[in-house]
Amino acid sequence: MAVTAPATGSAAPPAAAPRGLATVTPEHLRRRYRRDRFMIGLLVLATAAVLVPLLIIVWYVVSNGISAVLTFDFYTQDLGSPARALQGRPTGLGHTILGTIVVDALALLIAVPIGVGAGIMLSEYPDHPLNPVLRILNDTLNGMPAILKGLLAFSLIVKPMGTFSGISGAVALAFVMLPIIARATEGVLRIIPWSIREAGLALGLPRWRVVLNTVLPAARVGVVTGILIAFARAAGEAAPLLFTSFGNNFFSSTPLRYLMGPVDTLPARLYSLAISPYKEWHAMGWGAAVILLVLVIVTFVGTRIVTRARHATDL
Amino acid sequence: MDPVTMPPTVPSNPKPQQAGQGEARATVVAHAAPRMVTEGITVLYGKTVGVHDVSLTFRDKTVTALIGPSGCGKTTFLRALNRMHDLSRGVKVTGKAVLDGQDIYANGVDPVTIRRRIGMVFQKPTPFPTMSIYDNVVAGLKLVGIRDRALLDEVAERSLRQAALWEEVEDRLRAPASGISGGQQQRLSIARALAVEAEVLLMDEPTSSLDPQSTMRIEELIQELKNTVTIVIVTHNMQQAARVSDYTAFFYEGDLVEVSDTNTMFTNPKQRRTNDYITGRFG
Repeated sequence: MAVTAPATGSAAPPAAAPRGLATVTPEHLRRRYRRDRFMIGLLVLATAAVLVPLLIIVWYVVSNGISAVLTFDFYTQDLGSPARALQGRPTGLGHTILGTIVVDALALLIAVPIGVGAGIMLSEYPDHPLNPVLRILNDTLNGMPAILKGLLAFSLIVKPMGTFSGISGAVALAFVMLPIIARATEGVLRIIPWSIREAGLALGLPRWRVVLNTVLPAARVGVVTGILIAFARAAGEAAPLLFTSFGNNFFSSTPLRYLMGPVDTLPARLYSLAISPYKEWHAMGWGAAVILLVLVIVTFVGTRIVTRARHATDL
Repeated sequence: MDPVTMPPTVPSNPKPQQAGQGEARATVVAHAAPRMVTEGITVLYGKTVGVHDVSLTFRDKTVTALIGPSGCGKTTFLRALNRMHDLSRGVKVTGKAVLDGQDIYANGVDPVTIRRRIGMVFQKPTPFPTMSIYDNVVAGLKLVGIRDRALLDEVAERSLRQAALWEEVEDRLRAPASGISGGQQQRLSIARALAVEAEVLLMDEPTSSLDPQSTMRIEELIQELKNTVTIVIVTHNMQQAARVSDYTAFFYEGDLVEVSDTNTMFTNPKQRRTNDYITGRFG
């Protein structure tokens, strides 16, 4: 019996049957290459369909906002009243950028340990009685509209404190990040081969040690990516911040007031500038959009570089 | 599984055939004391029987090979010996596995302590991918809080020497463990188990993913390790069983069919099934 070529799908049409499946004529090969090129073409098209709108957005935002972000005052001044912009006095979004950094950083600080912890629970302890409950809660939180998360933070923090605050804004954003981080962590941990866990356990290591010191490091890059996606998503949310961090037209008087008092954030400010009746503020709104884009892009690229460099040395 | 078609079993024959019946191999430690004894180990996957009522004795500082066709339960049995089944949902182990007089399945026995005494080497080399060679070897110590640098260095060197890997990695202990060859990774896995001073070493087809030369090195290593530890090895390769082991146990469809010293097993098996398997009639 002739040794047949490995099955290659439908490449050999029945018309060629008399020559046997084993024979691959140049015509067959040409057809396969044509089909291959066609499929690659489709993939390139799909990639373009993703990239083109992104580039249009970036170009549109940057071209509208570039004039605002190229001024020094934009970073050093606070907004003040519309009169400042209208009369050409110094005005800017320095307080907004600062407020965004404070609120986003605090949100990450809250969401990362809890989110990664929940992800570990979901992936590593499937038999734990709390596991199904956690899964339902996490999925619910994931599907909950962002504005409701703002309301939740409002009732949890703003009401008892009696004031809008950076903390409440951070908590609201942490609610946005949490389920994304938990899901992403669960996903990457599941990919890590079971054999690594067994190897750790066979050394007589306790379960939590195995997870923290062997499984989690192996999944590091994926976990970081998940955190970044969550961060990028939360950094752009305005809704949860409307009645939590609220907004502020000025630099806070003391550093503590960034946490304990109302603070400005880029997405919320972008919205309020955009709906204002002043052309000058519209331009600053575009500027806020540019900064927001840069923040997200820099975070992504920066963390990628850091995780890759670390990866190369310890792995 | 139809019980009628099951081959005759050796329900409880914990003692391997004494050396003296047939020709005793020179490597057999004549009257080695039992180190680990299983009594009626049964492993259930849900309602499916993985291993049925296996009673075996592993003698101190000897090598026992578990052989049998795929799915015969030899790996399942091996994993019952250090409570690796504890982690799998729906797997139930009954019976006793007694190490130095203590049943590892008794109430109040901590599987973590048991696994430090009964190490395991898996089919595929499993270095921890994010750790260096050094950190892999001492992982079992470092991760439970031992920080004494000098002690860790000493253990790392001793374990790597025992695993016949020291010369090859001495000058790159800080290099990533994923960068060494498969055979070296497997010896690293062995070194890692030795570092926590495992007294019994369970090996689940440790050479099945290795090339012949690496296989030979591991087999030589097993012969050396026998001076200090008790080894149980699962193998698909009957030549390997014959080369490395002092005792051989043949499993079929979840039952222990026959156990005796390796020489007797391969020259004069008692059971027809065993004979059929080792002569290659099935399996």
